[in-house]
Amino acid sequence: MNTPNTYIGGHVERVEDARFLRGAGRYIDDVTREGMLHACVVRSAVAHGRLVSIDAEEALAMPGVHAVLTAADVTGEIPTIPFRRPNPKIGPYAQPVIARERVRYFGEPVALVLADSPELAEDAAELVLPEIEPLPAVVTRDAALAAEPLLFPGTTEDNLAAVFTAGKGDAEAAFAGAALVVGDSFSTQRQTALPLETRGLLAEWDADAQHLTVHGAAKLPFFNRRAMAKMMDLPETSVDYVEHDVGGGFGARGEFYPEDFLVALAARITGRPVKWVEDRREHFAAIAHSREAEAQVELALDASGRILGLRGEMFMNVGAYVRPNGMTPVRNCAQFMSGPYRVPNIALQATAYVANKTPAGTFRGPGRYEGSFFIERLLDMAAARLGLDRRTIRQVNLLTNAEMPYPLAQIRPSDGSRAETSCDSGEYSEAFHRCLQAFDWEEKEKLDGRLIDGRYHGIAVSCFIEGGASGPAETARIQVAGDGGVEVYVGSSAIGQGLETVMAQIAADTLGLPMECIRIYHGSTTYLAEGWGSYGSRATVMGGNAVREAALALLARFRALAARRLGVGEAEVSVVGGQAVGPDGAVLDLADLAAEGLAGEAKFLNSDATYTNGTAAVHVAVDPETGRVEVLDYVVCDEVGRIVNALTLHGQVTGAAVQGFGSVFGEELPYDDDGALLVGTLADYLVPLATDYPRVRCLSLESYPSPTNPLGAKGAGEGGIIPVGGAVANAVASALRAFGVAPNHLPLSPARVWALLNPPD
Amino acid sequence: MEITLTVNGRAQALELDPRTTLLDALRDHLQLTGTKKGCDHGQCGACTILLNGRRINACLTLAAMHEADEIATIEGLAPPDDPGALQAAFLHHDGFQCGYCTPGQIVSATGMLEEARAGWPSHVSPNLEAEVALDRSEVAERMSGNLCRCAAYTGIVEAILETAEQERDVEPREAAE
Repeated sequence: MNTPNTYIGGHVERVEDARFLRGAGRYIDDVTREGMLHACVVRSAVAHGRLVSIDAEEALAMPGVHAVLTAADVTGEIPTIPFRRPNPKIGPYAQPVIARERVRYFGEPVALVLADSPELAEDAAELVLPEIEPLPAVVTRDAALAAEPLLFPGTTEDNLAAVFTAGKGDAEAAFAGAALVVGDSFSTQRQTALPLETRGLLAEWDADAQHLTVHGAAKLPFFNRRAMAKMMDLPETSVDYVEHDVGGGFGARGEFYPEDFLVALAARITGRPVKWVEDRREHFAAIAHSREAEAQVELALDASGRILGLRGEMFMNVGAYVRPNGMTPVRNCAQFMSGPYRVPNIALQATAYVANKTPAGTFRGPGRYEGSFFIERLLDMAAARLGLDRRTIRQVNLLTNAEMPYPLAQIRPSDGSRAETSCDSGEYSEAFHRCLQAFDWEEKEKLDGRLIDGRYHGIAVSCFIEGGASGPAETARIQVAGDGGVEVYVGSSAIGQGLETVMAQIAADTLGLPMECIRIYHGSTTYLAEGWGSYGSRATVMGGNAVREAALALLARFRALAARRLGVGEAEVSVVGGQAVGPDGAVLDLADLAAEGLAGEAKFLNSDATYTNGTAAVHVAVDPETGRVEVLDYVVCDEVGRIVNALTLHGQVTGAAVQGFGSVFGEELPYDDDGALLVGTLADYLVPLATDYPRVRCLSLESYPSPTNPLGAKGAGEGGIIPVGGAVANAVASALRAFGVAPNHLPLSPARVWALLNPPD
Repeated sequence: MEITLTVNGRAQALELDPRTTLLDALRDHLQLTGTKKGCDHGQCGACTILLNGRRINACLTLAAMHEADEIATIEGLAPPDDPGALQAAFLHHDGFQCGYCTPGQIVSATGMLEEARAGWPSHVSPNLEAEVALDRSEVAERMSGNLCRCAAYTGIVEAILETAEQERDVEPREAAE
């Protein structure tokens, strides 16, 4: 059992788990309301076309069907979904909440059926007949760039949603003076985050109070409330987003989606609670996709392997519309491709083009995973050309703590506070050495490239940074209840990462109380006037520091109230372990003063990113007959500034690494030439199982606290996935060195690896 | 149609559309929402329940087929105030993150441990006749029908192994007495 003030960094098991273990977790589909209607979304089965009409007559005639809503039921302009990172170019590409005259992707909502049961709604949805005149679908980059056809004719002149540059120094001069330039083409495949719980919402409209409540919030309830209020033409205070348990987020769940508006509109029109829960097939077409990127990039080096410059261009297929977070992977890929390395000169261009596919958003490590894959491949190619050890070429370029803060490339057009950002702290070679030591590189290197029992063995190392602590602020309020319990309200959201535990640890330590006294409330707009949420690996840093500051404010108030009650000066009162002690030994508990309004509030402001750094090493065996790659060992070491909870950190890092293997080896969302999504079930989209990647080891360091926040913590929820593509591809290349293969295109499915070994003549 | 389902030892009469799956009957008609729906296709394991002690995907069967059966769900595995050895091991080994697959994992593990005790071999068992010795690969193989997108598999497998070992330690003593 921990004593107060030792929870942070101690072995603390998760507090939320008791309910999960009993089946008492309460997820959105477990929430019901008396008299609620069930919604089913009618989606376009055509990727690109003119929406001529919608015949809902037969559906409406079914007993138990209450309404079929279409664009005609939206008064005025169809609202479009706002951007998280606005920029001047993307405006015309915003997604309308329902299609009116044109559909632009397979799965785009065209109508919403409301019925007494989900089964009835689904049956009725099949009877709703949209008439769509098909147009040629834009599926490939070439078609998109050729503007054949335009997705937004009359509004835009091309299919380019945005072009970002990431710049630093003078790349042209650096390349002119380089001893070696290596370059190639790379690509990563379209994927999605795939939380196990599909998305769902339950909306309630209180006509008397003119108040809307949306259940099923995740990630960023306050942003979504603002968006909803604007679309509904309501004051912000007339909308609430309520969070329940959330079955996984990974970047995709919780953004504002078309269904957010449609379900709320349905509740407002019918005056009844309306619930919508996706089925799995629908989920694949509706939730944001990510990662479809191509790159042509080059690295300039001197003879000793020092990086002089990085340049090139990337193209990202962002789907039919720019969703709230659609630009994040695009700009991140450009800004963070340099990773943990000293790259003095950078000229990268990232182009986001639209195509008739599901609109893109984020998936864990957005853009960073892609960029890391590109540069790590280039480094191994450069090492081979220079005759350098693959460790050396990384070691000489890893950043040192003496160089901090180290500026990364600047993003233009500027898209907010992170357009300019700097690594905050860390001796990046530390995690590198610890990783290789744990991996036992010297011993495993003896197997590298060798054929053993019919399989080629290969090893590789890959280094990364992970940006965290998305600004600008987070809020918290702490109050003492009548029973002496401490209620902590925080703007951060729980998306399965153990938020309640971490916040309770921080509150307990700051207040000097046992964790059992702390109750955590989070993720709903009902708790706080403003807040932000959980994205960009920010909750522990931003929410954690807000909780800490609120706790300090509460202690100050406790001291003041106690001094007044005891009739002494504040300086004479000592506050320890939830008790105020006067000069004569008189003791007051928190509960004694609860009635006097014992509370503390804080808004933690921070616009500086934290950068966790780390290194991963992998050992694979490749079967040349089948192309199957087995991961024999994987070690990742990261330096996170301060470890608040080693158990949840370990879970995040390992879980992310395994998701990375899923990304590298199998998960893919292919489309046919007409823009139809070819994945509809978990039998088509192969995510890792218990049997797949059992050998993942991780270790974490806390040697360089982040100077950006009093806790010293750095965001750490995404880093585990970032280096996986580069590490695995380089290990496969190393294993198959005798064949001179270049695994530059993901996924490394058995078929693709086999094709690398058996190129067509 | 009218049907009586016996769930967690309690018989309950229901009026159901004959097409209702067992999963929907449990969740929507008996309010036993601990059993989760992740795919409705038998591909994720989140809806795993015990049917006469044997684990099945509740989404792949119709409620109407199980009038005579004993059904156990996560809610019936352990009393609320006493989590049970398997549940405690999940907590200790951090065998989850978001918790959505957890009920299915716990129920599946319960059924799986019983299968192993009964000597059922798996795809990776070296000997089909011998007593089952659970190790990492046996547990992973036997749990491969339960998807965990948070990928807490290491913790899940360790939790189950620990529970199996505890049972093995306890059983011979009981037998001796």
